[in-house]
Amino acid sequence: MRRLRLDRLANPQLLALVGVLAINWLLFPSFFHVTWQDGRFFGSFIDVLNRGAPVAILAIGMTGVIATKGVDLSVGAIMAVCGAVAATMVVAGYPAPIAIIAALAVGLACGLWNGFLVAVLDIQPIVATLVLMVAGRGIAQLITEGSIVTFNDPSLIFVGTGSFLGFPMAAVIAVVLMVLVTLLVRRTAIGLFIQAIGVNRAAASLAGIHSRMLLMLVYALSGLCAAIAGIVVAADIRGADANNSGLWLELDAILAVVIGGTSLLGGRFSIPMAVVGALIIQAMNTGILVSGFPPEFNLVVKAGMIILILLLQSPYAALPFKRRPAASNKTASS
Amino acid sequence: MIDKGERRMADSQYVLEARGVIKIFGSQTALDSVDFGLRRGEVHALLGENGAGKSTLIKILTGAYQPDGGQVLVDGAPVTLDNPLHAQTHGIGTVYQEVNLLPNRSVAENLYLGHQPTRFGLVDHRKMERDARVLLTRYGLDLDPGSELGSHSVAVQQIVAIARAVELSGKVLILDEPTASLDRNEVERLFEVIGDLKRAGLAIIFITHFLDQVFAISDRVTVLRNGRLVETQVLDALSRTDVVRLMLGKDIAFSGATDLEPENPTTDVLLQFSGYGRKNGVAPFDLTIHKGEVIGVAGLLGSGRTEMARIMFGADPADQGSLRVNDKPANVRNTTDAITLGFGFCPEDRKAEGILGDLSVRENIIIALQGKLGWFKALNRDEQLEIAGRFGESMDIRAASLDMPVKLLSGGNQQKVILSRWLATDPAFLILDEPTRGIDVGAHAEIVRTINRLRDDGMAMVVISSELDEVVAYSSRIVVMRDRKMVAELRGKNINPGVIVQAIANNPDEATP
Amino acid sequence: MTIITKLAIAASLATALTSVSIAQDNLKGLVVGFSQIGSESGWRAAETSVTKAQAEERGIDLKFADAQQKQENQIKAIRGFIAQGVDAIMVAPVVATGWEDVLTEAKEAEIPVILLDRGVDAPEDLYLTSVASDQVKEGRVAGQWLVDAVGDADCKVVELQGTVGSTPAINRKQGFEEAIAGHANITIARSQTGDFTRSKGKEVMEGFIKAENGGKDICAVYAHNDDMAVGAIQAIKDAGLKPGTDIKVVSIDAVPDIFAAMVNGEANATVELTPNMAGPAFDALSAYLADGTEPAKFIITESKLYTPADNPQGEYDTRKGLGY
Repeated sequence: MRRLRLDRLANPQLLALVGVLAINWLLFPSFFHVTWQDGRFFGSFIDVLNRGAPVAILAIGMTGVIATKGVDLSVGAIMAVCGAVAATMVVAGYPAPIAIIAALAVGLACGLWNGFLVAVLDIQPIVATLVLMVAGRGIAQLITEGSIVTFNDPSLIFVGTGSFLGFPMAAVIAVVLMVLVTLLVRRTAIGLFIQAIGVNRAAASLAGIHSRMLLMLVYALSGLCAAIAGIVVAADIRGADANNSGLWLELDAILAVVIGGTSLLGGRFSIPMAVVGALIIQAMNTGILVSGFPPEFNLVVKAGMIILILLLQSPYAALPFKRRPAASNKTASS
Repeated sequence: MIDKGERRMADSQYVLEARGVIKIFGSQTALDSVDFGLRRGEVHALLGENGAGKSTLIKILTGAYQPDGGQVLVDGAPVTLDNPLHAQTHGIGTVYQEVNLLPNRSVAENLYLGHQPTRFGLVDHRKMERDARVLLTRYGLDLDPGSELGSHSVAVQQIVAIARAVELSGKVLILDEPTASLDRNEVERLFEVIGDLKRAGLAIIFITHFLDQVFAISDRVTVLRNGRLVETQVLDALSRTDVVRLMLGKDIAFSGATDLEPENPTTDVLLQFSGYGRKNGVAPFDLTIHKGEVIGVAGLLGSGRTEMARIMFGADPADQGSLRVNDKPANVRNTTDAITLGFGFCPEDRKAEGILGDLSVRENIIIALQGKLGWFKALNRDEQLEIAGRFGESMDIRAASLDMPVKLLSGGNQQKVILSRWLATDPAFLILDEPTRGIDVGAHAEIVRTINRLRDDGMAMVVISSELDEVVAYSSRIVVMRDRKMVAELRGKNINPGVIVQAIANNPDEATP
Repeated sequence: MTIITKLAIAASLATALTSVSIAQDNLKGLVVGFSQIGSESGWRAAETSVTKAQAEERGIDLKFADAQQKQENQIKAIRGFIAQGVDAIMVAPVVATGWEDVLTEAKEAEIPVILLDRGVDAPEDLYLTSVASDQVKEGRVAGQWLVDAVGDADCKVVELQGTVGSTPAINRKQGFEEAIAGHANITIARSQTGDFTRSKGKEVMEGFIKAENGGKDICAVYAHNDDMAVGAIQAIKDAGLKPGTDIKVVSIDAVPDIFAAMVNGEANATVELTPNMAGPAFDALSAYLADGTEPAKFIITESKLYTPADNPQGEYDTRKGLGY
């Protein structure tokens, strides 16, 4: 992966993204029209980057979890909790950096809790994370007392609506996070170990890999990513909406990871491709908005596109640019 | 010995028969022209080690698999069994080790599920429970048919499962390791039921790996080995030693004793296990291993061989006894401790516990070394390729590319990959559990050569194997396991596989045939 | 903010909102059970605190039960109220169906039941009355404001719908369309769902702005609730336009944050969905208990229009204390 190879670029995810963007462009010719306004880029394509950022950030954390054959259903609720923590703290007069650190710490703690349930108590991930998915939103509502906590702290707002070199802050955060986490797992042995656990936890443990520590790590990372996404979303609307922040976003994040080519059965994963998956989803959302379809068609259009993309990734789709090994040979198990 | 002549004569007696049955999975032949005949009113034990082909044969006889060659006959007439349900209509019923009934429904419902007596189109519960009570009494069970199945012991559940199978099929009953989770009294109770059924004319196939039980209730025995029929014989004509010999290899030499490799008192002691053991694992054992020494471990399936290996490696850590490594106290609480001490372990079940199927050959080879180095001292791709390439060459791993998924390799090459994985960590002590099982002849020989080479290079090894002649050839001592206990430590001269078989069979008084 | 101060503010607001003209001494000391849906939104929290304040003012002993969005909890709570022998029961039903049995039980126990803000699919004789807003009317009031505000000028409206298929989204859309019908100068150029949330409202508005010539072609945005309008206001500002001036903003609910926007001149009008459903309910109960006056089966609350002329700062301050 060190040398840029053309055939690597021709993977189904990037092709799907190009395809969706092309459809958007056909439906709405000025889709790629980007202007410079108030010191930032402005245009539909920029919106895709900006709006896709929260799901992309969630997907970065979710990728590690899914690679270990797990799933984290609680990220949407953790977003709500962490957004609520950050918002109530700045409203209570704490400086924004303190509020952000506190929110990140809460997200980390939520992730460690999930990791504890999965790695130490050996509870199935879908059940273990369901606990926080349900309870988390309740906790967030307790923190905000059921209302939207609105704030005006400029530094906190900057996290969601500011810009860096003209690009929306949320997108910049997502890209930086993607690069950092990718480096973390690829430059260390962590990525290999995560794959080993996902492929065969028993064999990985016998080969001397601390599966518990790694599981704690991936769930903690997922919690941390959810916290970042929660802060970004709250900062974007200048308020913590405990009832709606991150609602169902866990499903979008899982979808992004799956579109990104990581199997729910664990094993090989790609964080950049999961981010591309998030962009594909957002490109569809934005495309629907600018195309002028009646809202009743939103879900149908989305579902149809996703089925198409997943079909393209199926080993049975004979794609000319992709060589597939022959169907895996079955070995006897007597 | 049953020859063709006797079989032809007995043709009409066979309720269920397999003739020249062949089953092939991918490149492996799981059953190679196996003949098997079951008579009315007999208990027929089906024996064999892991991978011998027992379960494949049973699956063909119950219609779960279709044979790639040969025939299945019921009452002398060839049949095609589409699935287990279809086999049931031919009178063939099966009871598995894990009772697969519904624990939260009543006993009566479990007995009659799917064909409850009906009245005006509705389930006639009263009649069902009345019938159930009569049926249960026949099996010596006096219990309320309306009670929940799950509230009874496993033995009772097992008998209910048998009653159901007999009710539904009525001709052939296949018991697949039914006693594995029962205690002694429960086993006796089950045997009474089996005895009654036999006298009632039912034909019963009994699969187990407890030799005592085979001798307790079986009339005849069929032994499979590596997918081939070894022998079908009346049990009275066989000694325990004979049975073990058949299971481990018919041509085991009982004469022509070989001397074991010399014990090497000149080299240092590497490991001293004293009173080492684990509850529900293996009874405490003592074992001293020198550098440059192979300890062979022999025993039947379920004798505690694998359990011993897992305790040594910390996969199931010991809860009693002590270990000294290089004459210093050592503590193995988990696999990481073991690896730090320079241990390595190739498990018996390569697919479930050995290979990381979707990962590449390269990654599979470096994974243990990387685990030892930790999270942050990552081997880069070039280093990985160098290591994998080195072992790929020295172990002669045949893979199109080091980056191809290891699951696409043959069994023998996968085994070499796992051996390479441990050799890459430069271990002092290797535990190999059935390293040559299920691999082709060429790879087999190479792995034996590797064991010899490593021993000569000074590595200490424990090798669990059913290939007794090989074990004799490369070991300096042979540990024999039975009933989760170390029962013998054979050493010195004049050891032959026959001696080991006798030790396994626990018949010191029996003369070699 | 503590519950106590909240209640105090709510009480003062309640006095302001409703004129308790007739003496309702006959309610004093009565026990009334209230089964609330849960805390699904700020408005719901406000409804709870206003209801508590209204009860306190009349000397009613209010038994409050939070159903956490589950009908079974509500049915359990109502059975509990019946068992305790309360004098009346109020329910904000979480769904419309499945109420017949428990309402019959209440009727047999001769306990009057009043439905708050949502109806049920059950025979009308099973409950005393139903107090709710008229969502179509809310949309109509918002539309009428726009008709009056633009006069004869051409006006392209973009609409932020509530959740697709939800009753308020359907009704508020219908009401608005009714109001602008016959005014050919006003057209709905784009309509998408913002799921009643702030962030979706912002995202959809961003899309609309891009699609309509950078927002320059948009004359007004009509949002089915204030939260979406608040999100849309941010999107308009991000696009370098002035909400309230370049693009008019009209929405429904009258939550505090829309008044904050009005103070800054960023929102033009909102239609109140009053959180005070309990006041009219208690009035009807009082009359019924006094001389058996059967109230109207459907009591419609007022859909009051608020504009920057209606002291938005004051409205913000009073409402902020209600738990929105």
